[in-house]
Amino acid sequence: ILLIFLGTPVEIQRPRGVPLTKKQFYVENKPFTCLDGSRTISFDRVNDDYCDCKDGSDEPGTAACPNGSFHCTNAGYRPMFIPSSRINDGICDCCDTTDEYNSGAKCENTCKELGRKEREVLQKMAEITKEGFLLKQHLIEEAKKGQQEKQSKVTDMQGNKKQLDEKVEVLRTVKETAEQPEKEAKERHLKAWEAIRLEKDKAKMAEAFLELDDNADGFVSVSELQSHAELDADADGTLTETEAQGLMGGAEQVDTSTFESVWPNIKDKYHSEVSREEADMSCLVSSEVPFGQKVFFLEKTVVKLCVLLIFFKAININIEKELSFDFGPDAEFTYLYSQCYELTTGEYIYRLCPFNRVSQKPKYGGSETNLGTWGSWSGPENNKYLLMKYDHGTGCWQGPNRSTTVKLTCGKETVVTSTSEPSRCEYLIEFTTPAVCQEPANTDLSPHDHEEL
Amino acid sequence: SAPPCGCFILQRWVPLIVLLCVSARAVDRSNFKTCEQSAFCKRQRELKPGRSPYRALLDTLELSDSRITLQLINDNNKVRLLLELYRLQGNMTRVKINELKPLKPRYEVPDVLISDPITETLSVVSQDENSLVLSLGGKDQRLIVSAQPFRLDIVEGPQVLVSLNSRGLLAFEHLRARKDTKSELEQATEQENVEQRTDEDGQIKEEEDKPGMWEETFKSHTDSKPNGPSSISLDFSLPGVEHVYGIPEHADTLKLKNTDGSDPYRLYNLDVFQYELHNPMALYGAVPVLISHSTDRTMGIFWLNAAETWVDISSNTAGKVRVISSEAPQTDVRWISESGIIDVFIMLGPKPADVFTQYASLTGTQSFPPLTALAYHQCRWNYNDQEDVKSVDQGFDEHDIPYDFIWLDIEHADGKRYFTWDPSKFPQPKEMLQGLMDKRRKLVAIVDPHIRVDNGYKIHNEILSKNFYVKNKDGGDYEGWCWPGNSGYPDFTNPEMRAWWASKFAYEQYEGSMENQYVWNDMNEPSVFNGPEVTMHKDALHGGWEHRDVHNLYGLYVQKATADGLVERSGGVERPFVLTRAFFAGSQRYGAVWTGDNAAEWGHLKISIPMCLSLGLAGISFCGADVGGFFKHPSAELLVRWYQAGAYQPFFRAHAHIDTPRREPWLFGPENTALIREAIRQRYALLPYWYQLFYNAHRTGYPVVRPLWVEYPNDVATFSIEDEYLIGKDLLVHPVTDEGATAVTAYLPGKGEVWYDVHTFQKHDGEQSLYIPVTMSSIPVFQRGGSIICRKDRVRRSSSCMENDPYTLYAALNSQGSAEGELYIDDFHTFNFEKAKQFVHRHLSFSANTLSSRNLAPDSQFSTASWIEKIVIIGGSQPSSATLKNADDTESALEFEFDSTLAVLTLRKPGVNAAADWTVILR
Repeated sequence: ILLIFLGTPVEIQRPRGVPLTKKQFYVENKPFTCLDGSRTISFDRVNDDYCDCKDGSDEPGTAACPNGSFHCTNAGYRPMFIPSSRINDGICDCCDTTDEYNSGAKCENTCKELGRKEREVLQKMAEITKEGFLLKQHLIEEAKKGQQEKQSKVTDMQGNKKQLDEKVEVLRTVKETAEQPEKEAKERHLKAWEAIRLEKDKAKMAEAFLELDDNADGFVSVSELQSHAELDADADGTLTETEAQGLMGGAEQVDTSTFESVWPNIKDKYHSEVSREEADMSCLVSSEVPFGQKVFFLEKTVVKLCVLLIFFKAININIEKELSFDFGPDAEFTYLYSQCYELTTGEYIYRLCPFNRVSQKPKYGGSETNLGTWGSWSGPENNKYLLMKYDHGTGCWQGPNRSTTVKLTCGKETVVTSTSEPSRCEYLIEFTTPAVCQEPANTDLSPHDHEEL
Repeated sequence: SAPPCGCFILQRWVPLIVLLCVSARAVDRSNFKTCEQSAFCKRQRELKPGRSPYRALLDTLELSDSRITLQLINDNNKVRLLLELYRLQGNMTRVKINELKPLKPRYEVPDVLISDPITETLSVVSQDENSLVLSLGGKDQRLIVSAQPFRLDIVEGPQVLVSLNSRGLLAFEHLRARKDTKSELEQATEQENVEQRTDEDGQIKEEEDKPGMWEETFKSHTDSKPNGPSSISLDFSLPGVEHVYGIPEHADTLKLKNTDGSDPYRLYNLDVFQYELHNPMALYGAVPVLISHSTDRTMGIFWLNAAETWVDISSNTAGKVRVISSEAPQTDVRWISESGIIDVFIMLGPKPADVFTQYASLTGTQSFPPLTALAYHQCRWNYNDQEDVKSVDQGFDEHDIPYDFIWLDIEHADGKRYFTWDPSKFPQPKEMLQGLMDKRRKLVAIVDPHIRVDNGYKIHNEILSKNFYVKNKDGGDYEGWCWPGNSGYPDFTNPEMRAWWASKFAYEQYEGSMENQYVWNDMNEPSVFNGPEVTMHKDALHGGWEHRDVHNLYGLYVQKATADGLVERSGGVERPFVLTRAFFAGSQRYGAVWTGDNAAEWGHLKISIPMCLSLGLAGISFCGADVGGFFKHPSAELLVRWYQAGAYQPFFRAHAHIDTPRREPWLFGPENTALIREAIRQRYALLPYWYQLFYNAHRTGYPVVRPLWVEYPNDVATFSIEDEYLIGKDLLVHPVTDEGATAVTAYLPGKGEVWYDVHTFQKHDGEQSLYIPVTMSSIPVFQRGGSIICRKDRVRRSSSCMENDPYTLYAALNSQGSAEGELYIDDFHTFNFEKAKQFVHRHLSFSANTLSSRNLAPDSQFSTASWIEKIVIIGGSQPSSATLKNADDTESALEFEFDSTLAVLTLRKPGVNAAADWTVILR
């Protein structure tokens, strides 16, 4: 056995490679019992470079046992265990050099330096975490406020809707009663009816605009339009950026007024995500052309109310959609919704729009590639909010559809820090945000070297 | 790595054609010629067995000490041939046939034979009007030359061993001038030739031109054939033979099939995209060596020709149920080559080991690799950048899995300009290499032979200025498409070019390279994406010779020049390690080969065994298949099974296509990680045995992995076995290669022998089919009773780390209670074992309860730190004492344990140095 000198005046004797916690099992000059109890051997067989115990416990300081492990104290840094196959293999594993006592490897004790560096890093991390956590609290408050606002908006609208619904119903009854005697006025009013039809179309258009404007910035962008694959022109199942731009008359984004020129291009294929019943579009469905002054007036009123109703519904649905996302246990990720973050690398500009999509665009021109649309949180069981998964991106040649994993780490700023493609068509984005900063524990940042004693 | 699907390439440069190609899932056979589509093969195959038009002119006989010559005449066209016969040392006969006066010289393959074979006197025993009998020396061996029709028979006593031209398929297309374009000069030469061809009656017969003689078009490629027809053919009959092997590389059974109803086996080095199993199509390499085997005799035929070659196999017993037949079994083999001469070596055995010795005496033995090359290799197309390399390296340590080499495919170079590094992905190659060196690990970077045509690329400019590129038929530099786009192909047949290439591996020339960096030559068939059959045009020119003549040799030269470069950069000290995809006879001298771009399918796992066994029979022992399968995505089960199988094959490397998901060993869950770790650990523990076998292969030419029949030549039951094999002669491996397998049935050979399961020490009798239940952790491996195998059971993170570790001896006793084995140790990486006799070679034997270690090489010297930590005697009995006797006669008692249920005796810590003389006596 050997003596181990720790970085303190106290000197403790124990066989090489034994941690302090197991010292009591290795008593000099007393028979040693394998830690699994399988056999007892004389003490001179401990660390004699021959494996006697099945569990490897008789050779804590040599490479003789295939399943052994070696403990290094690493005074000034962190103590650790290494597989005993790394003892005297010519490679310095323990910063205190104790693993290479007979291999000729020239190891330097780097524990102090490592300890210092680690403390620096921890210090820095702690600062970031602290500030990040404060920011997070702020985010949570904001989110709560926003949520309440939205919730009350929804409630308000639900009330309004109810009133409207009732009005429509009353009017409809009135209209139906009035309809009977006025059939002969049909011809006269056909032309006027056309105006109502246009009104209806406008209502549908407005509904579509609201639905398409995912991030509610008052503009429908090319990428927002791309989410509606049914608008695909060449029927290959995907609406490319070029195709979408074509539909938008070459514009990158359109506001409500310019959307009017886009609507005719898409209205035949456009499929609302809002189901008919939900939007209560039934009030717009009228198989018969109405006639007669009274009926016509009533119909006009119904349509106008209907339009209002639809607006409410569409706004409601966007809000509900937003409310349906899992923005974290304290809604701390809410602020990421409808935002986009970019990182420019050597060749590409990467764009991460959380809860929406990830894309890549060549720096010097060329079309955008979809690297995946929002899938789910996919972190480990204990904290699923550490990873985001985006999938079903553009297909790869002879390969899978592109997908992206976003790895979230605590940071003061919300920023994409790196992108990579570890496997063909599987991307990895590293992203910092205060939203994942944990409450700083009251960590003791002083050196570890007293831990052993 | 690289799959040159025509489509893939088109996709890169001509996007419009993509759609046509995407659906291609397996090999597109129409890209490759059938015999029918290869004009010379079609012409030759139309010739059916019958009476040969050739006649030997016995009066032209000339006899010298080393050879005899005589002329042959074709009675149809009066063209004369010159026949040369040699008796070679070591029981071989060489037969050469060339035109007596060819219009221009015909190509004779250089650089494949290690030296001029040593001849022995060939004496005339008797001669009459129609025959000549020559003595081949001992055992009544005679070579009989029959004059009309011409035929050769090699006999031993009354028994015919082999007959040549007995089916009359000798056909030698003489060079001729093109009729429509004869210049005056050519006509004058022709006149001279015709005199030679005139027979006694003065009649000259002009042969009719046949289609494809002067020009041949395949798909959109035209072969201009300026020299016209030049093909050759000869038949060999092997009486008493039903089993023939060899002529790699084909993705087919070990035992060669009858080709009567199909295409012949083709030997033409080609880059085949997603190759199919079980057919005779050509693949990446070619070794024109065929081994015949029967219980009576093992022989070999080595057809030394580097042009496109087809081999027909016909057996009179194939597919027939053997009733009591009057017809003795016989296998007929016919070789057809497009150009060159007939130069064939008949290796007369008679034992398998004799054939290996004979072939090795001609083309050399397996190079002795540095130990590290026998360890585990981690490859992928591609490890993306330095960070990636670092994190994979760390991944192995985190999961405690050993590995020695990490590999970089084509993406590491700057724009596929080999000898350079991508400046953004690998900005600090030396830093990366140093990081690996600190872990005692190594790296392989690919260097392919196609050179990007780019006047900003130093390598290209130098080749250009030295005029080293292969030329096209019009004399300009030949250019083709490959990974970098437009590429030139250095003429590796030119020794000056090879010397220049080798010099480029010097550390100061190859910037960023270090001594722990080795090389991989891919695409050296050569692969030309837009060339005929994805290779070079046959009318391209290598100096005075057409590519047609040298094709199958190109890849050998690439690997040779590269290996020379690695030796030179170390000042001749270090053994090189170079992996090649294309190869030829003699390639064994330069490094390792792999079976190319396979796929993640069970069938591909299975076929890796016969493919490497066939290569081993043809001299190339250092063989492996991409573990996991190159194309496609393996299931976890397939990947684990492949690691288990690969751990017991000579070259052990995992590799994957760029489009497949990542598959480092720890990505399939902890259970599978543990299974893969265990398989790799078994490999590392067994490295001393692999190393010793490679040393022996290097000395003797014996294959490292062997079909069972090689060691059990009289056991007919072993002749067609290809799902198990022997490593050396002492380990039998039957890997699990079926999905969902719950059992395998292994045949254990040898009447009266015993075999021990290496994992459980359970004993089984030989000459039985053993049913073995298996789980996911099972790798059925058996040690032969009568053998001693040395292992290093302290597995560490790389083989270098295990250098000085102690050995454990596993002595498995036979039914007589004895066993023997060897132990070989040197510095594991330099040529000092050869140059300075610095090695340890011990003979270990156990008999009469005494185990001893004896020096096999008393004139060698080497000191090792390794010692003997444990001796395990399997199948023994319990002694009352065990005594270790050292060289100086000092004695000490050894402690031991005895497991009576398995009869396993374990001697504790003898502690003697592995190089010492010692004896252990059991009482």
